[in-house]
Amino acid sequence: MEEVKTNIEFPRELLDEVQRVVGMFPEGKQKSALLRVLHIAQAHWGHLSPDIMDYVARLLHIQPIEVYEVATFYSMYDTAQVGKVKLEVCRTGPCMIEGAEKIIAYIESKLGIKEGETTSDGIFTLKAVECLGACGYAPMLQAGEKFHEHLTEEKVDELIEQYRQNPVANYMGLQK
Amino acid sequence: MTRKLLLEHDHIEGIRTYDVYRKNGGYRSVEKALKSMSPDDIVEEVKKSGLRGRGGAGFPTGMKWSFLAKPDGVPRHLLCNADESEPGTFKDRYLMEKIPHLLIEGMIVSSFALGANQSYIYIRGEYMYVLQILEKAIQEAYANGWLGKNILGSGYDLDLAVAPGAGAYICGEETALIESLEGKRGNPRMKPPFPAVKGLWQRPTVVNNVETIAAVVPIVNDGGDEYAKIGIGRSTGTKLISASGNINKPGVYEIELGVSVEEFIYSDTYCGGIKNGKKLKACVPGGSSVPILPHYLVCKTAAGEDRLMTYESLADGGFESGSMLGSGGFIVYDEDQCIVRNTWNFARFYHHESCGQCSPCREGTGWMKKVLYNIESGKGKSEDIDLLWDIQRKIEGNTICPLGDAAAWPVAAAIRHFREEFEWHVKEPVLSQTENYGLVSEKSFVTETV
Amino acid sequence: MSEDAKIKVTIDGKTIEVAPGTTILNAARQIGGEVVPPAMCYYSSLEGSGGKCRTCLVEVSKGSEKDPRPMPKLMVSCSTMVMDGMEVKNTTSERVLEARKGVVEFLLINHPLDCPVCDQAGECHLQDLAFEHGLSKTRYEFKRREFEKVDIGEYIKLHMTRCILCYRCVYTANQLTDSREHGVLKRGDAAEIGTFIEKNLKNDFIGNVIDVCPVGALTDKTFRFRSRVWYTKPVDAHCECTKCSGNAVLWMIGDEISRVTARKDAYGEVKEFICNECRFDKKDKSQWTIEGPRKISRHSVISANHYSKEIPKHTTLLNKA
Repeated sequence: MEEVKTNIEFPRELLDEVQRVVGMFPEGKQKSALLRVLHIAQAHWGHLSPDIMDYVARLLHIQPIEVYEVATFYSMYDTAQVGKVKLEVCRTGPCMIEGAEKIIAYIESKLGIKEGETTSDGIFTLKAVECLGACGYAPMLQAGEKFHEHLTEEKVDELIEQYRQNPVANYMGLQK
Repeated sequence: MTRKLLLEHDHIEGIRTYDVYRKNGGYRSVEKALKSMSPDDIVEEVKKSGLRGRGGAGFPTGMKWSFLAKPDGVPRHLLCNADESEPGTFKDRYLMEKIPHLLIEGMIVSSFALGANQSYIYIRGEYMYVLQILEKAIQEAYANGWLGKNILGSGYDLDLAVAPGAGAYICGEETALIESLEGKRGNPRMKPPFPAVKGLWQRPTVVNNVETIAAVVPIVNDGGDEYAKIGIGRSTGTKLISASGNINKPGVYEIELGVSVEEFIYSDTYCGGIKNGKKLKACVPGGSSVPILPHYLVCKTAAGEDRLMTYESLADGGFESGSMLGSGGFIVYDEDQCIVRNTWNFARFYHHESCGQCSPCREGTGWMKKVLYNIESGKGKSEDIDLLWDIQRKIEGNTICPLGDAAAWPVAAAIRHFREEFEWHVKEPVLSQTENYGLVSEKSFVTETV
Repeated sequence: MSEDAKIKVTIDGKTIEVAPGTTILNAARQIGGEVVPPAMCYYSSLEGSGGKCRTCLVEVSKGSEKDPRPMPKLMVSCSTMVMDGMEVKNTTSERVLEARKGVVEFLLINHPLDCPVCDQAGECHLQDLAFEHGLSKTRYEFKRREFEKVDIGEYIKLHMTRCILCYRCVYTANQLTDSREHGVLKRGDAAEIGTFIEKNLKNDFIGNVIDVCPVGALTDKTFRFRSRVWYTKPVDAHCECTKCSGNAVLWMIGDEISRVTARKDAYGEVKEFICNECRFDKKDKSQWTIEGPRKISRHSVISANHYSKEIPKHTTLLNKA
C-alpha cells in the first residue's frame, strides 16, 4: 500500500498531548520528549515511516537524522508496516523454562506465519521479544500495552479469537 | 514473620488510589520531612539506614546522595530508574502497579533531600500501562498538594513526570538512561564525569532504582536506625525478591535481608519448594547477569555455612563459588533444565541488548551466542568451550559500561560450574538433543578453572 | 600554563611532565615511539570522540602520588586524565597486550579483510593495528556481517561492511557542518552508519569524513580504484580558498592529481580540515601551489618505500597566475 505523502499531521488532541509531554521538560530541552512522541506517532499511524519521522523532527525542532537514529535503536519502534495487533512473546530465561518456545510454535502454526511475520489479513504480527518483566507469570505475551500471562494453548486460542473479532490493541492509552 | 515495609498494604483494595493510600498512612513521610527535617537530615537518616541500591549494584544510597555536586545556580535532578529489564526481575513493576503512590511519596522526600525541583521517573516502554497508572497517581498527588509549588507551605517546589523508554535493556544503565531521557540513543556515557557531577542536561543528577526510592519512605517515617535493625551486617532492611523458574509459588516477595536461601526456596511463605517434587539443579539468585550457582552451592557456601539472602553471603566465595544478590531476580532451575541452553538464551539476550558502541561488547556478545548455539544444537567442538572462556574473559572489564560484564559473567559461571555438562553436549551431540544432563557433580574449588 | 603547574607521569618507564588535564594517550604521544597506544576512534580535534574502540586500553599501575593504588580495570588512555605521579604500563603490561589482542580480534571478526581491493589499503589504521597486535589466523567460524555499498553523495562511497563504528564521521558532521544528515542507525552488531533514507551529503565540509575514517568505509569516489596509494606520490600544496585554509596534500600519478586530502599528522589526524571544492574539484595542477614532497606518516606503507625524491619545481606552479 502506498504511503500517503501529504497531510502528515497529528489531530488536535494529539497535538495537545505532544504539547503536554514537551511541557514536562525545561525550555529548550524539547528533544527529551522524542521517545514519547514517537510512541504516540506509532500508536496513531501504526508504524514510523520516514515522512512521519520527518514530521516529528519538525515538531520538536530537531534534525531528521536524530529521529532516525532513535527510532532504529529502540526495539519497540517499527519503521516498517506491521499488523494491527503485535503479539510479542517473551522468550528469555524464565519464560523459556516455562515453555515460551512451545507457545511461539503454537501461534506460528495457528496463524500460519513464522516469527517476525504478519498474517496476510494484516491483523497479526508475531514477534519473539526479550524479557518483559513478567518472569513469575511465565509464559507470557504482550499485545499492545496489555500483558497476557500464564499462557496456555487454550488462552492463546481465546486471545487470537478475541483480537480477530476486534483487531484493536491499546498503545499509549490510544487505540491503534 | 517478615516485617513488610514496602508491600505492607499491597493486598488492600483500592490502595492504588490516593484516598485509600492516604488513609493507610500514605504521605506521612512528606509531612515529616518538609515540616521537621532539613534535606541534610534526610540524607543522614538514609546513611544511617545502610540502604543500598536495589537495582543491582548495591551501592550505599546515602553515600551516592552525598556525592551529588551542588554548584550555585545549577538545577539538579533526581531520576528514578524504572527501566526494570534484567531477566528474572519484575519487582518494580509489581510495586508501581500495586502501590504507585509509594514511589511518588519516595520521589518527593528524596527530591527534597537532594534539592531537586524537577524529577523524572524513567520507565521502560513496555510498561506503558504502568506509566498510565503512575501518571494518574501523579495527577492525584498534584491535586492534593503533594506536588507543585510550595508543597505543604514549606516553600519547596517539585515537579514530577514520567518518561518512557522504548525497548532497550541498556537504558537501565544510569548514563544510558540519561541519554535516553535526553531523547537520544541509549549509548552509555564514558565516566568520569559521573552523573553526580554531569548528568541530565549536564546537570548534577542522582539516579536511583524504584525500590530504593520507595525504601526512603519507611526510613524517613521510622528513622534510619530502625531500618538498620532489620537485616544482617551491611545488608540492612527488606528487599523485594522476584522469584521465578521451577518453583511452586513464583512471585514477588518482600524479605528481611538475612533469610536463608534454603528457607526462601523451600518454605511455603516464599517459593514453596521445587515444582513437581523435582530436585534443585541450579539457581541464579540476582538476575541473569549474576553467576549461576550449582545445586550444592545454593543453600550452602563452599565453606559449608548456610547461604543467606544478603549481599555478603550470596557473594561468599567470590566468583569461584559465590554469586550476587544483584537485583533480586531469583531464578530456580530443576534437574530437567539444560544449562547450556540457558546460557545460550542469556547470551542471545545480551547480544540483542548491546548498544554496539564499544567493540568488545558489540562483537563479543554475538560471537558467544553463536558458539553457544553450536554447542547447544549438537554442532559444538571441544575447543569451543575454551574459546568461549577466552571470549568472555576478553569482554569482561574492557567495555564502556557494565553490560559487557553482565554478558560475560553468566557464560563464565556456567563453564566454571557446569563444564562437564558442556563437554557432554560436545561428546553426545545426538543424545543431548533429547536428554538432559541432570545434576553436575561437586568439585573442589582449590584450582583455577581453565 | 606556568612550568610549576605541570604534573609528572611515567609510561612504560619513560617520564614526562605534562599540563594537568592531559590524557594518558596525549602524554604518551608527547613522549612518542613505542609507548604510544594505538587509537582507532579517538580524534583530538573531535569533541566527544574516543572510548569506543578500546584499542588504547592501558594499565594504570599507580594511580597518583597522592593515591598510589593501581586502578583495578584497564583504562582507556584516550579519555583517562593523567594524575601527578601516575604510572602507566602500555606495552610492558601482559594484561594490556592480551586485552588489545582481544580487541583487535573483535574488530576483525566481522571485517571483510578485502584489503586487496580496498582503497584504504596502505594507509589503513586497522591494517596497521592487526599487523602489530593481531593473531595470524581467525577463530571466528561464522558468516561475516555484510552491507550493501551505498553512495552518500556525489563524491563519497560508504562501504559499511568495513566500518568499525568509531563514530568519527558522525562527530565530524556534527562539529564541522551545520546540519548532520548521517548518523548511527540500529544497535549492537547491526548498528550502521547511514542516512536512513537515501540522501546526498552535500555540506561544504562533508568530504572530511573520508579523512577521519580509520578504515576504508568512507572513500573518495573521485579516487576509487584509480590507483593503490603506494603508487601515488604525495606533495604538500596550497591554494587560495575562501572556504578553508587551502592547505592540502596532492596525491600525484605522474603529472596528474589523483586525489586531494587534508594534511595528517603522525597519528593520522587532520589538523586543518579542507572544503569539498579543494578536495573534489581542484584536480588540475595549475590550481595549486606545490610546496614539496610530503613527509609520510608511519601509518602509510609509502613510508616503507623511503620516498624522498624531490618533485621538480615547475616555475609556473610556484608562481600561481
